Amino acid sequence: MSALNPREQTIALFAGVGIILIVASLVGFALKRLVAKGAPHGAIDNLNARVKAWWVMVAVIGLAFMAGRAGVILLFLFVSFAALREFLSLSYTRSGDHYALIASFFVVLPVQYALVYVGWYGLYTIFIPVYVFLFLPILVAVAGDTTRFQERASKMQWGLMVSVFCISHVPALLTLEIPGYEGRGLLLIAYLVLVVQSSDVLQYVWGKLAGRRPVAPQVSPSKTWEGLVGGIASATAVGSALYWITPFSAWQAALMALAICLMGFFGGLVMSAIKRDRGVKDWGTLIEGHGGMLDRLDSVAFAAPVFFHLTRYFWT
Amino acid sequence: MNSEAFDRALGRLLCAFARALTGARARWLGCAPAATQRVYFANHGSHGDFVLVWASLPADLRERTRAVAGADYWNKGALRRYVANRVLRAVLIDRDRSTRTEDPIEKMARVVDDGDSLIVFPEGTRNTTDAPLLPFKSGLYHLAVRCPDVELVPVWLDNARRVMPKGAVIPVPLLCTVTFGAPLRVAPGEDKDAFLERARAAVVALRGPEA
Repeated sequence: MSALNPREQTIALFAGVGIILIVASLVGFALKRLVAKGAPHGAIDNLNARVKAWWVMVAVIGLAFMAGRAGVILLFLFVSFAALREFLSLSYTRSGDHYALIASFFVVLPVQYALVYVGWYGLYTIFIPVYVFLFLPILVAVAGDTTRFQERASKMQWGLMVSVFCISHVPALLTLEIPGYEGRGLLLIAYLVLVVQSSDVLQYVWGKLAGRRPVAPQVSPSKTWEGLVGGIASATAVGSALYWITPFSAWQAALMALAICLMGFFGGLVMSAIKRDRGVKDWGTLIEGHGGMLDRLDSVAFAAPVFFHLTRYFWT
Repeated sequence: MNSEAFDRALGRLLCAFARALTGARARWLGCAPAATQRVYFANHGSHGDFVLVWASLPADLRERTRAVAGADYWNKGALRRYVANRVLRAVLIDRDRSTRTEDPIEKMARVVDDGDSLIVFPEGTRNTTDAPLLPFKSGLYHLAVRCPDVELVPVWLDNARRVMPKGAVIPVPLLCTVTFGAPLRVAPGEDKDAFLERARAAVVALRGPEA
């Protein structure tokens, strides 16, 4: 497999994902026919909706890959936009925050992705955590409304950190110059996304099959120790088996996958805590069966910067 | 393309833009989107409100539904006048009692007599306070008495005011939901204040959880 060129590896990867989705679609179809007998069935219908949404997501990622660096950056720009919109829609803001909100959507978001596009590492890693962190509350303060001031400013800062800064570290992988791995940045993105998402799916499957003891019942009753351990162990194995698309060896890929899965799990937990606090089950309705963009990407957001910096520190 | 077709295409474009920006998700809780003649009455926080309610209706209902808006705002300037009259086909009423020459209730009732549905904002002005809903003006009651066969559907617009607060020019893309409740009518013997209070409570009852 390592002998393939990047293009052939990408095609092999998408073919593999396609086969998994075909199997999942057939299983879903069989369950609907044999178990649900064609009648409405909550869990099976949700499974089928999720599989259908996966087809769409894989197709969109495939199209972006074909368009190359600009395509992938545009895709994640849109992803960040949708995520930020979901986050801020559920945050308390007042009319005095209007300029700060406008700036978040129409200045911070495009500037961050433009910096990633030109590969200005020194600025895109501090633009939001330093400059936006300081200037956003200035905009809010200048507007003069002090009611729940710090809560409003913090929620906007949080929304930008999670939805824009963290998620932009997925396409930022393209800017890493790894010796001996030139021209394969897209595969590193595919690796991260595949490991995080297979971890989410495998945790869900293990949890449904064997889940007994909840990890944090107050935050998320559906996250169980059985799902956590089984899901992370099997997703780590998936990550290790995919070492041939990465600059890592098999055991390095396993450790990287473990780090990704753990960050992904805790990302899901943190974002669930926020949802619970705000009294909602999902962030939105954008992706049928999954909820909103943030429901699908909470784990990616937490895993991406850590994966980015581990790779950058040890491999460049 | 003749000018009417152009105006309609522009209307569809404006609705598509409103939906892309805000998601404009319609939740039909108390009734289904049906071709029944109705007066939709909603909370009012921004100039974008009636575009949003209008955009959340299915295209065939939108054709037969007209929003009632203040002439003082929408008749100011050629662009606003064109958008309100031709693109959105709004029913513009003069809110100033001292200068108006036409009874606004009569103007709205004639639209209903022609077979169209209406979108109204019974608070009479945009709500910029922290209260969820201002007291209703009496117009909704008089309209309901004048047109007894029309269903009155309460509507709660969530987040619209944050998209475009009073005085704002650029809208912020935040997700909005438009929730439609169960239709009401004036009960036999019900007086004006009791009806308005019941209608107002029906709108407030559609509110989602606080952010």
